[in-house]
Amino acid sequence: MHQFVNLTLIGITTGAVYAAVAMGLVLIWRATRTVNFAQGAMATFSTYVAVTLIDRNVSYWLALLAAIVTGLIIGTLTERLLMRPIANTNPLNPVIIAIGMLIVLEAVSGMIWGAKYREFPSNFSVTGIKVGTSRIALSAFDIYVMVAVLVLMVALLILFRWTSLGLKMRAAAFSPEIARLLGVRVGRMLTLGWALAVGMASVAGVLAAPNVLLYPNNMDGVNVFAFTAAILGGLDSPVGALVGGLGMGFVVSYVGGYLGSSLETIGGLIVLLIVLSFRPQGIFAASAARRV
Amino acid sequence: MLQIEDLTVSYGAVKALKSVSFEANEAKITAVLGANGAGKTTLLRALSGLVHATTGSAKYHGTELIGKKPEDIVYLGVAQVPEGRGVIGELTIEENLRLGGLFRRDASGTKSDINEVYEFFPPLAQRRSKPTFTLSGGERQMLAIGRAIVARPTLLLLDEPSLGLAPLITASIMSFIKGLCHQKGLTVLLVEQNARSALSIADFAVVLSVGEVVIAKDAAQVASDSDLRHHYLGF
Repeated sequence: MHQFVNLTLIGITTGAVYAAVAMGLVLIWRATRTVNFAQGAMATFSTYVAVTLIDRNVSYWLALLAAIVTGLIIGTLTERLLMRPIANTNPLNPVIIAIGMLIVLEAVSGMIWGAKYREFPSNFSVTGIKVGTSRIALSAFDIYVMVAVLVLMVALLILFRWTSLGLKMRAAAFSPEIARLLGVRVGRMLTLGWALAVGMASVAGVLAAPNVLLYPNNMDGVNVFAFTAAILGGLDSPVGALVGGLGMGFVVSYVGGYLGSSLETIGGLIVLLIVLSFRPQGIFAASAARRV
Repeated sequence: MLQIEDLTVSYGAVKALKSVSFEANEAKITAVLGANGAGKTTLLRALSGLVHATTGSAKYHGTELIGKKPEDIVYLGVAQVPEGRGVIGELTIEENLRLGGLFRRDASGTKSDINEVYEFFPPLAQRRSKPTFTLSGGERQMLAIGRAIVARPTLLLLDEPSLGLAPLITASIMSFIKGLCHQKGLTVLLVEQNARSALSIADFAVVLSVGEVVIAKDAAQVASDSDLRHHYLGF
């Protein structure tokens, strides 16, 4: 029972990070129907920026802010300089560009910061909280991760549901031509979508780093599960990203805890196979149509 | 007044519009008629900036529309209701209507215009928070026109509002358009394949055939000239 509680807690924490990364993928998919395979490398780059600042005695919070800003800039530049020129070409082109960016960014991170593992300091204690006489697998840092992801999700929900900007972004994503006829600057909305997505992923990178350590391709493993989570959720549903992320967190945690950590990836893939056999469009997708 | 002069649009080697010229008068309904492929939709898309005209000009109140982007043309008081009931199915009815007024500066004016649309079309009011794809074809057309009204245009471009609608619903949409034109002093450019319905409310008619203007006359004259109707309009 003790182990089950601990694995559940670990599942929620890792799931929260998967959900945040999945949310980044969903944001870009909704806006441009592109899967951003480079997202992990972008998040790692931002995390390196944050750790460089922390090394120079900048506070954790300012470093986190710097990571977010780095993410916003990377997202903006990617959309403006790389994705926009190929917007109306073969839909495979953005995928190839994204994979290219993944390789280049990971290499650049290695060139600047060295291809070695390093620790990422956390702003809260990572030791489990004491309940009675035993410690459970829930630290102050874990609680911070959950709260941070929750706050981001609620902020995005408010943006998309209740603000004019969010309505314009959704209109631009669903129907660019009609949006233009109504005065929406679709190009700007796409740039903003990319910026927000990579900003979100950068937060996820900083949140994941204390647990997965920091190295140029440290988000690859996280991304595999986050991508699976996004697909489970239906790729265009923010709620799906959250539920899919948490679901993957539980699967990975239980499989790793009860069957051995070498089976985590297979466990995730089996769940993906099962869900997609019954609901090919994902759990929360509004429509079954899928282009890529 | 909308003055179109020598407007030509090409898709590659194919000329969809060949040096089209006519005028649409203020606070009147001008019907643009013709068979499939005559260039009617291309004309509207050129006016709203969605396709680039090769040559020619289209001036609205003296301002050149050709060469401007669609998102800028809205600010000149031009609203287009796109073909195929161009509403965004994934958004709710209320969100679609709000979108129509987002570029406006006065939020309270937008709100009262949205309420006015609900008064015109009660079926929309009952389902305002439902996704648009739950609406019937006629209701979607009402929503598309309603959304254009929320933009408070002075020139309304309508692309085949009768497409796929039952005759009774077409008739009620047409009489609504006529009412709008009279009450608000809207200038309407009505593109229609359904010539009979369009002529029933139009003041002036332009007939396009393979990209060229073949007739530009008072609507009543076109409607009463049976040779002309047989030849170009099929009724």
